[in-house]
Amino acid sequence: MVWKTTIRHILGRAAPALRPDPALAKEMSARLQAGGARKLGRALSIRHVAAGSCNGCELELRAIQNLIYDLTQYGLSFVASPRHADILLVTGVSNRNMAQALRQARTAMPEPALVVAVGDCALDGGVFKGSPVVLGGAKAVVPVDLVVAGCPPNPAEIIAGLVALVDAHDTKMPPKPKILPGMT
Amino acid sequence: MIRELSATEWQAKQGRFVALWTDANFAYALYHPGELVFVALEQGGYPALAHKGAGWFMRLARDLNGHVARGFEAAPPAIDHGAAPDGSGPWPEFARHPAEGAHQVAVGPVHAGIIEPGHFRFDVKGEQVLRLTARLGYEHKGILGLMRGKSPAHAARFAARVSGDATVAHSLAFAHAAEQAAGLTPPPRAVNLRAIMAELERLANHASDVGAMAGDAGFAFLDARFALLRELVCQAAQAAFGHRLMMDRVVPGGVADDLAEGGREAILAALGAVEAELPSLRRVFEDYASLQDRVVGTGLVPPALAEAYAAGGYVGRASGQRGDARLSPGYAPYETFALYVPVEQAGDVAARIKVRLEEIPESIRLVRECLASLPGGALCLAPDPATGMGLGVAESFRGAVWYWLRLDAGLIADIFIADASTLHWPLLEHAATTSILADFPLINKSINGSYAGGDL
Ligand code: SF4
Repeated sequence: MVWKTTIRHILGRAAPALRPDPALAKEMSARLQAGGARKLGRALSIRHVAAGSCNGCELELRAIQNLIYDLTQYGLSFVASPRHADILLVTGVSNRNMAQALRQARTAMPEPALVVAVGDCALDGGVFKGSPVVLGGAKAVVPVDLVVAGCPPNPAEIIAGLVALVDAHDTKMPPKPKILPGMT
Repeated sequence: MIRELSATEWQAKQGRFVALWTDANFAYALYHPGELVFVALEQGGYPALAHKGAGWFMRLARDLNGHVARGFEAAPPAIDHGAAPDGSGPWPEFARHPAEGAHQVAVGPVHAGIIEPGHFRFDVKGEQVLRLTARLGYEHKGILGLMRGKSPAHAARFAARVSGDATVAHSLAFAHAAEQAAGLTPPPRAVNLRAIMAELERLANHASDVGAMAGDAGFAFLDARFALLRELVCQAAQAAFGHRLMMDRVVPGGVADDLAEGGREAILAALGAVEAELPSLRRVFEDYASLQDRVVGTGLVPPALAEAYAAGGYVGRASGQRGDARLSPGYAPYETFALYVPVEQAGDVAARIKVRLEEIPESIRLVRECLASLPGGALCLAPDPATGMGLGVAESFRGAVWYWLRLDAGLIADIFIADASTLHWPLLEHAATTSILADFPLINKSINGSYAGGDL
């Protein structure tokens, strides 16, 4: 039964590859070069830290790994510890009770490392801005390289952001983004 | 139903406890099925309640408002971690278990998966868990404070972000409370659209969580298929309501927007796909001995304990409890659809999975019936600036969500939110001790408390 269903679906579906907006990739590249960041390869490991989220962003982070979006086809995968990660992916407002853990997670990462803030909360606190226990997004605690805005951002937007980051880092292959319909 | 009690009556009150909170003058306690009692605060305190589920709420009231539960002073803080404004603070210390050879394992707040933050301290002997203490509060954002002083229409976007996976249910419970306070009945079309969204949310969460549990037990295939089913539901929600999670669509007075053109077809197509694949996935679940071996008898919540905590949702229903807010009188539109609520007795991970798998076809049926009988007419009524108190409930996928609020000239003077998770976290602490440490991720997923929902 399992093999029947499996085969039916392997034959039936191919996830389309998403490409980032070329302008975003170019901007990322320029920013990283200006910062003198050392180049990473294309296969990067991501560690996620939720720092005062509503868990909506986490749902979409799980969705980017499903059969439709298939994050691993871009060489990206989630790992269990910041010590194994190249990218720290932060969701949530950066609240008082998580700031220390977030800072420690960043410190635990091998250099060079990148930080991506996902969601309006991680951008600047989102709707929770102004609460006395909200520090104001990931940038209030750790330096941020890329922000993917949205509440929550949809999976295609998260992937496009991450792929732009990878393209910006790639030394061997200059970014040659192909734009799929609906991905501008 | 609301009444004031003397301090003695307050302490002697029996019933299925739901929540406790305080405002400037009173301490309130809520019992099933919506009985609200209160006692006057005396010197900033009130007599502690002995109900099993009251602990977290009394700790929270002290952290939020400084009100002490007399007789419960020794309990640790809930959300106040003693952190400085920049977040720095001490590493939490927990008393050691006295058993010989026991040691502690600390996990979190940064976990290994894509999951919200919380800290778990296990006392273990070998691989057996002797005791689990959950330290929560890491998601605390000060939501209640942000909602005070705002109109219900404005505050709705906070309600929608208390727990993102249950955004529809939270928005609905908040709307019910605000509508009761303002004496407003939402139009019939809005009531049906709300139920459609609520059932799609239930369906999406059940599918993805059941898959995640299978994934934890080593069945990546089931995880992938169930995640795809969730994705189909999210895409249908996007097409029909303009948002994958249907955030900000349920508002006080009705719904924000009508079903989009083509939305009905998108929803029906997604339901058809889920319905077509579910039986074969379900058979895999039930037929594979290695999968059953991981879930049967794991993470036990005995029915007596579930009853003591008045556990709701699949956690309660997998342990013999029948509660479902949708069955309460006046919870439109379910009265017309003869809701079926599955109940199991075993109280293990397998029973919680079984309940959730059985709720999926029921949600499919409800959405279809709601779509078939969708009335025409208005979508939303604008509430007049009212003064009054309101209590609202909605059945989220993980159990009842309660909102209490007091309006003063159309603005929220005070508010409290009780997510079903609050009563489930202590059950997780118990369930973990019935198994080995390596089973904890699976048990945690099977109960799936909302960290954000409780931390507020
Ligand atoms: S950005 Fe929106 S979805 Fe993401 S954590 Fe914040 S409130 Fe939730």
